[in-house]
Amino acid sequence: MKKVFSRPKCLKPAPFHYCPGCGHSIIHRLVAELIDEMDIRGRTICIPPAGCAVLAYNYFDIDTCESAHGRGCAIATGFKRSLPDRIVFTYQGDGDMAAIGTAETIHAANRGEIITSIFVNNAVYGMTGGQMAPTTMLGQKTTTSPYGRRSKVEGYPLKITDLIAQLEGAAYVARTSVATPAKVLATKKAIKKALEVQMQGLGYALVEVLSPCPTNWKVSPKEAFKYLEEVMEKQYPLGVLKDITQAKES
Amino acid sequence: MDKLEKVLMKGTDAIGEAAIQAGCRCYFGYPITPQNEIPEYMARRMDEVGGVFLQGESEIASINMVLGAAASGARAMTSSSSPGISLKQEGLSFLAALELPALIVNINRGGPGLGNIAPSQGDYYQATRGGGHGDYRMPVYAPASVQELYDVTMKAFDIADMYRSPVMLLGDGMMGQIVEPIHMHGREEIELPPKDYILDGAEGRPSRIVKSLVLDVRLMEEHNWKLKRKYDLMRKVLPLHEEFMTEDAKMIVIAYGTAARIAKGAVKRVRADGFQVGLIRPITLWPFPDEAIAALTKRAKLILVFEMSTGQMIDDVRLATQGRVDCELYGRPGGVVAAPQEIARIIERHWLQRELQ
Amino acid sequence: MAAKGKITIDQGLCKSCELCITFCPEKAIRIAETFNHRGYHPAEFILETCRGCSLCAVMCPEVAIEVYRG
Repeated sequence: MKKVFSRPKCLKPAPFHYCPGCGHSIIHRLVAELIDEMDIRGRTICIPPAGCAVLAYNYFDIDTCESAHGRGCAIATGFKRSLPDRIVFTYQGDGDMAAIGTAETIHAANRGEIITSIFVNNAVYGMTGGQMAPTTMLGQKTTTSPYGRRSKVEGYPLKITDLIAQLEGAAYVARTSVATPAKVLATKKAIKKALEVQMQGLGYALVEVLSPCPTNWKVSPKEAFKYLEEVMEKQYPLGVLKDITQAKES
Repeated sequence: MDKLEKVLMKGTDAIGEAAIQAGCRCYFGYPITPQNEIPEYMARRMDEVGGVFLQGESEIASINMVLGAAASGARAMTSSSSPGISLKQEGLSFLAALELPALIVNINRGGPGLGNIAPSQGDYYQATRGGGHGDYRMPVYAPASVQELYDVTMKAFDIADMYRSPVMLLGDGMMGQIVEPIHMHGREEIELPPKDYILDGAEGRPSRIVKSLVLDVRLMEEHNWKLKRKYDLMRKVLPLHEEFMTEDAKMIVIAYGTAARIAKGAVKRVRADGFQVGLIRPITLWPFPDEAIAALTKRAKLILVFEMSTGQMIDDVRLATQGRVDCELYGRPGGVVAAPQEIARIIERHWLQRELQ
Repeated sequence: MAAKGKITIDQGLCKSCELCITFCPEKAIRIAETFNHRGYHPAEFILETCRGCSLCAVMCPEVAIEVYRG
């Protein structure tokens, strides 16, 4: 028999610190597989978030630069403007991308910074213990919205990806999920496209990946993946929101 | 252009030109008065040398762009004024923790809060005591002439690379706006440590991590002491000051930046009237020239600290002299620029009140 | 009928999330009665009806599964 699935080379051997059933682990593996397949380890720089994935540098065997919370897109801008032929990507969560980092994200996209952002949306602040995120859904209970998110008090879930898709500087914007094997593979395709868009110098590329947080959703991993498909995907519909390569062809 | 010629330059432009000549190829900044001319100068000049100029969406974004560029191995800088420097404090703490080189220029305006756009020295504490979180220090230079703005800017990049540290140039609004003739002597080549920490893609080498998160407290303590050893080395090597007529002085004025220019004029006036007064001008505010001040004030009966604030540097003067010499403060905060005649009157008043003869 | 595929599970990495079991179309995986060194009941490969489809490995967050086919 032939080995048809094994650990990507670009993933360091360290066991993940992520919780059982965390989406980060799956997404990290997809990114590492792509770095192997596209053979870009030698010219890629990763900027992880402040969040559970702050320790991403323990897993990716590529040059990695820590970022203060939310500043990833600004730091990525500094790298990319200084070294335009390297591949620079940010890997960010809800708070990083859409709360404290809103300005940096929107303006990097607006400038058409030739970088890629992987936005892991699990509708909650994981690392700090499950507080409300901008992407927390109405009625969703978190430690800082214990009565369930109420629009009158806490506003609405922020579809930052939809906002970014409207900007001219954004070249590829997509939303995927890791709820099933098929969707995991679709996520990999989307991230690959987002990296290719950078390599073609077309503009800002963003892939939002809906991901579970079983620990802070207070459900089992199996239930979390069901919730992902049955509830989160309704609030955050999957699909390609913008793709200037398609527009060109049509 | 012959480098020995004198060129008439505005302070802000001298900073920009010195940075370019020092090899800075990344400028990220945001408009705020009274330093808008720096990003404007860089917007024109960076293109001419194939460098990067980007107006960030905020001072926060700008300092983080500097961080990314510095981590990629480029000489990078940003500039701002007081409220914008407050915004950059997180970035400064990170630059210090990550041990990345960068130049940060603060053209100090009136404050606190929105303040005004006139020259002030109210950011001394912010510059020398942090002002970001955590256990770090940062070299701070306070030039007092356009020539010194040029010299210090050029030197700051080397200091930043030598010690892998952010460096601050603290000028006040006056410094940024005055126009004086300067020699543009260009960059002096010095030997710098190799940049073996930068992130530029792990081709042919192990991957590198640039981080400041150290969860293990024993390792964090070690990191803190490592930084401290670096700062102790800076304390030994970097202090700079200027002394003027201090040899026989019974009273010594201590001031920096524009205040020192004014004070020098005042000292010249009172000397003409027979008062034995001298001036010490710290050029590095951190590390503060403690030893020089302690030595030069040994025979003084009184120190008069003149600051364009309600008194911040005076703390460091008191620490340096360890209570041996009385220290008086004359402060003019809020953006007021005193004339030398006023300071001369204050000097004479203190002299006569204390019967220093 | 010989199995078309087989998997190996690194039980030391397994956190018992059961995603492999949920998505395996052949019911070829179950939770073991033993504990691993982390205190989890790890997944274990049981049935020879494995097709080597890799869905388990695609879903496994810990990259604990290697798949063989042919």
